[in-house]
Amino acid sequence: MERRSFLKMSAAMGCAATVTGCNSSSSDAEVVAPTTPTTAVEKMNWSACLVNCGSNCPVRVYSKEGVITRVESNFTVSDKYGDHDVRACPRGRSLRKRVYAPDRLKYPMKRVGPRGAGQFERITWDEALDIVAEKLQDTIDQYGNESVHFTYDSGARYHFSGTGCLKRLMNLKGGFLNSNGDYSWSQIYEAAGKTYGSAGPGWQGSSVSEMKNSDLVLMVGYNPSEIRMSGSGEAYDFLSLKQSKKFKTIIIDPRYTDSAVGKEDQWLAIRPGTDAALFEALAYEWITTNTVNQAFLDKYCVGYDEKTMPAGVGYEESYKSYILDNKTASDSTPGVNAKTPAWAAKITGIAEDVIIELARELAAAKAPFIQIAASLNRQAAGENNTRAGYMLPILLGQLGLPGTNCGGLCKGSSMTAPSMPAGSNPVTKGISFFTWTQAVEDGKNMTVLSDGVALPKELLDANGDGKLGHDIKAIINYGGNALINQHSDVNKTAKIVGDESKCEFILVVDNWMTPSAKYADILLPDVSWLESEDLVNQSYAAGDTATLIQMSTSVDPMFESRPIYEICVDLAKRMGVEAEFTEGKTRKDWLDGFYATAKAATPDLPVKEVMLKQGIHRKYLPDGSYIVLEDFRKDPVNNKLGTPSGKIEIYSSQLAEKAKTWKLKPGDVISALPKYVPTWEGFEDTAMKEKYPLQLTGYHTKGRAHSSFHNVPWLREAVQDAVWMNPIDAQSRGLATGDKVHIFNDRGTIEVEVKVTPRIMIGVTALGQGAWFQPGGSVDKGGCLNVLTTHRTTPITKGNPQHTNLVEIRKA
Amino acid sequence: MSNNVQYGFYVDASKCTGCKTCQIACKDRKDLPVGINWRRVYEYGGGTWTENADGSINQDVFAYYTSLGCNHCSEPVCVKACPTGAMHKRREDGLVHVAADLCIGCESCARACPYDAPQIDKDRKVMTKCDGCFERLAEGKQPSCVESCPMRAIDFGTMDELKAKYPGAVQPNFAPMPNSSVTSPNLLMKPNRHARPSSSTDGKVLNNSEV
Repeated sequence: MERRSFLKMSAAMGCAATVTGCNSSSSDAEVVAPTTPTTAVEKMNWSACLVNCGSNCPVRVYSKEGVITRVESNFTVSDKYGDHDVRACPRGRSLRKRVYAPDRLKYPMKRVGPRGAGQFERITWDEALDIVAEKLQDTIDQYGNESVHFTYDSGARYHFSGTGCLKRLMNLKGGFLNSNGDYSWSQIYEAAGKTYGSAGPGWQGSSVSEMKNSDLVLMVGYNPSEIRMSGSGEAYDFLSLKQSKKFKTIIIDPRYTDSAVGKEDQWLAIRPGTDAALFEALAYEWITTNTVNQAFLDKYCVGYDEKTMPAGVGYEESYKSYILDNKTASDSTPGVNAKTPAWAAKITGIAEDVIIELARELAAAKAPFIQIAASLNRQAAGENNTRAGYMLPILLGQLGLPGTNCGGLCKGSSMTAPSMPAGSNPVTKGISFFTWTQAVEDGKNMTVLSDGVALPKELLDANGDGKLGHDIKAIINYGGNALINQHSDVNKTAKIVGDESKCEFILVVDNWMTPSAKYADILLPDVSWLESEDLVNQSYAAGDTATLIQMSTSVDPMFESRPIYEICVDLAKRMGVEAEFTEGKTRKDWLDGFYATAKAATPDLPVKEVMLKQGIHRKYLPDGSYIVLEDFRKDPVNNKLGTPSGKIEIYSSQLAEKAKTWKLKPGDVISALPKYVPTWEGFEDTAMKEKYPLQLTGYHTKGRAHSSFHNVPWLREAVQDAVWMNPIDAQSRGLATGDKVHIFNDRGTIEVEVKVTPRIMIGVTALGQGAWFQPGGSVDKGGCLNVLTTHRTTPITKGNPQHTNLVEIRKA
Repeated sequence: MSNNVQYGFYVDASKCTGCKTCQIACKDRKDLPVGINWRRVYEYGGGTWTENADGSINQDVFAYYTSLGCNHCSEPVCVKACPTGAMHKRREDGLVHVAADLCIGCESCARACPYDAPQIDKDRKVMTKCDGCFERLAEGKQPSCVESCPMRAIDFGTMDELKAKYPGAVQPNFAPMPNSSVTSPNLLMKPNRHARPSSSTDGKVLNNSEV
């Protein structure tokens, strides 16, 4: 690198000083142009990248004699926007390296060393499946189905032969412990549920396409260019609309993201976890300048002011009273604790005059499109952060109309492709997805009011409380890395998972020796996507183009790997439920049946023989451009929301009740109103900042999708795994780009490179999440962010606050 | 130049998000190892931060990406620097190629090129570089990087075609590249709105480890 940097500076003189007088044409060199290698019979099969970025991109897999030679993307049409290619991102284009990664799992294996040490011995499929069937049956017999837990997974989003097969098997055997929510959006589900009456508006807001009807797009944490990278997905939709429609774009983020870099009209750097303070200052500005949409608030909402409070609740508990810090409805003079821009400037880092101008611009916009991204929900006060963000469109009455959004993530277009039916789970008890380590340690004593355990009504006591009554004794981990890497506090998690006296059996099914795979008792090799046949759709957030992809393969399963469907058939045989599992169908019967269902839903889907050649069937906005809450806006009487009042609930009576009854840790807040809450390890945690002065937030790096693709060296080279640090913070620590640093707090230490860049807020650091944990020493040289994150939960959903961290950083 | 045809690239830096798909697609075509990148994406940025008395912040940060392969220059300094004639410019299409059998791996070309286009293969001790996907051109296809770009920010064609297709395109006189007068690159650009001129000291390359 030094050589090249030097060259850049010296290039101008270099050309003159090097060899002069040489001919620059090829006439002197007698050169035979290299020829393209003669091709044996090259086959092309359509496959897909089934990773959890929100898009399933089609890929064209070229192979010779069963060996993949290259991967291309989808180039079949004019590529005019609206009828454009679905182009894979660098991850999809590197799939050949992933299939042939050296750490590919080859054979069934059983653990021979201590759990987590990664010591395994090869066994036969028969032996492996005998052990799995016996251990699962033993767990059910001895501890009950509630003791079997599926860790969250999203690394292999097959429709036919995926995680649904294992859940189907377990449901036929009496079920498993329910796991509510997920690492992505739990606090969004809750915020949207309490505000808008269902989770839908939270993760399925207006289409990206509605930006064409907007004059101001406000992206709070929204970063499609790094998260939704597919070349037909949100990143491309956003870019295409931005460049053709010229709406103003304001991005609020601690990082100057790749969704900015020239596409933004304004970037406001903000401290992580303080967004709600900004939102409250905007509310203050609108209230004090009479620019709230009072008619909308009166008609559609509960809890804004004295006119719409629930029975028995006074003005002093209204949103307006809270923002103004004034208990008297008839007098709107702000109190000393009013949520002024000056107050918010200190907290957020956004200057007072900038906040005032932002408020003015949003109020003046004809159709502001406001998106509150999922980054705000993965914070210590994630539910409140998100609810506070939803107040922006609500206060302005800017939702349910063309060009607007309710604050939710953008709804992706979709076409139907069936998935293996998992059946229904006979087990009624459940935990938050994020509390499973607690349930391994002491699930028996986890309760409804302290730990968010879900119990059927008949098991609740007079206070609405009750105990789970089971510990997790067996874990099934399919195509996921939340067993170790993607859960919080990896050192603590590894200890809990590694204790063979607690969880007695761990089954891992994967393609590679991931950090989670190392903790398996039995480790089974799945086939990869490029060795599979399936009919998949575009996934859950692929922007405005819906797709169906017919995957096929000319590559045999590597080594002894097998599809999970076949594995489950053999397990079902051993566990006495084969007939119920297969319903008497062959693999082909299932696939043909799924295809028929897809074709019934999308009649112009070509027949399968055609799709095997054509690969992809696509439609731009098959159901039109979606405007979230449009029906409710048009007719709130006949289209009531799912809230108790049927209206938008600014004040939530359900949360008021929870605030009274739930047992919370000190500092945790459940509130009827959306509120900015200063939290532990937040910007305002001055006590902890004496020891750990830097905020550290995770983000989605382009070089991985969560932890998927970490084992592809091309991607490690293309996207540096380094902690971002502002030059001012780096200077005070004597750090320069490329230095190895230790990032540490009370939970652990990781070693990574530092990237000193002006593209991040002062006092804030950021690291792409998903790098693979390397167990062993006291310092994780794998650079896994989750060594530094906590098991402590958010107040309501008991979800993951993985972006709320305080750390210190020193030269390694 | 007596070339009948001169191929070149067009890059729209207002679209580029720095995703590196071009780089990876290029590597997949020829199975290039880590360390050899026929196409690279440079992150250039700068700006200053000041902290106000109330804890709020002011900043004027900017950044943008530039995707570069080989510009198959009309005055290729790599060709001039090559002591053996291995590095040569093809008459038929203007592409600059390396004749591997003539290359002695001295890296003179790499030292001369201000765009980092020549990429040494240390194992084989031979220079390698973007070959303009000449075999794909013969099949009527675009280069891998062009077809792969999710943002449709890269194009390729004869310079006459590109000039006609992108009448507003300009010479690539933007940091971190040198002024185009140095090598007469066959590269046309639509600059990012944050683009700084070649000589600018406003920013610097922020991703040296990636290029």
